Amino acid sequence: MPPVKIYTLSTCGHCKNAKRFLDDNDVRYDCVDVDLLQGEEREKVIDEVKQINSRLSFPTIVIGDTIIVGFKEDQISEALGL
Amino acid sequence: MSQISAEHVEKLRQQLKSIQEPKGYFFNKDSQYVYDLLEGLLQNRQRYGYACCPCRLAANDRETDKDIICPCVYREADVAQYGTCYCGLYVSREFNEGKIPVQTVPERRGD
Repeated sequence: MPPVKIYTLSTCGHCKNAKRFLDDNDVRYDCVDVDLLQGEEREKVIDEVKQINSRLSFPTIVIGDTIIVGFKEDQISEALGL
Repeated sequence: MSQISAEHVEKLRQQLKSIQEPKGYFFNKDSQYVYDLLEGLLQNRQRYGYACCPCRLAANDRETDKDIICPCVYREADVAQYGTCYCGLYVSREFNEGKIPVQTVPERRGD
């Protein structure tokens, strides 16, 4: 299983659905609620996201080398090899 | 940040429903999903002083975020094209009737 990282907002419904989908499929992942970050750490993570998703929209999901913007179940399943 | 009460969310839901439905904007039929988004709006109002879209990163500056204060300026075009707004809170009647396929609404902001 490729490494999985998901950038989210704590208030976003699509982000919650994406995390629930990963949990339901027993996928281990790193998660960052960007809206809850402060100061330098926030700026660093925002730059990180902009590198892979210039629109800075959420969720931004990184599965191995694949970047998926939005809760797109079919693309996530394919990238995970489910 | 103080806890948002269920009563507070329900009061907001009723308030918005009476204002928005006559304009043709209905709440998503997924009531739990709507509850979570309304709670998010109240959290954002508490954090930033304005109800920033729960699915967009607030800049914590009203002027910068004026286009994404709910209902956002993109709602009309998104509901017209996809049957739902960006975050999925407001939908068309047809969307709730299952006549429109559910798809991810791309971010218009910055177009």
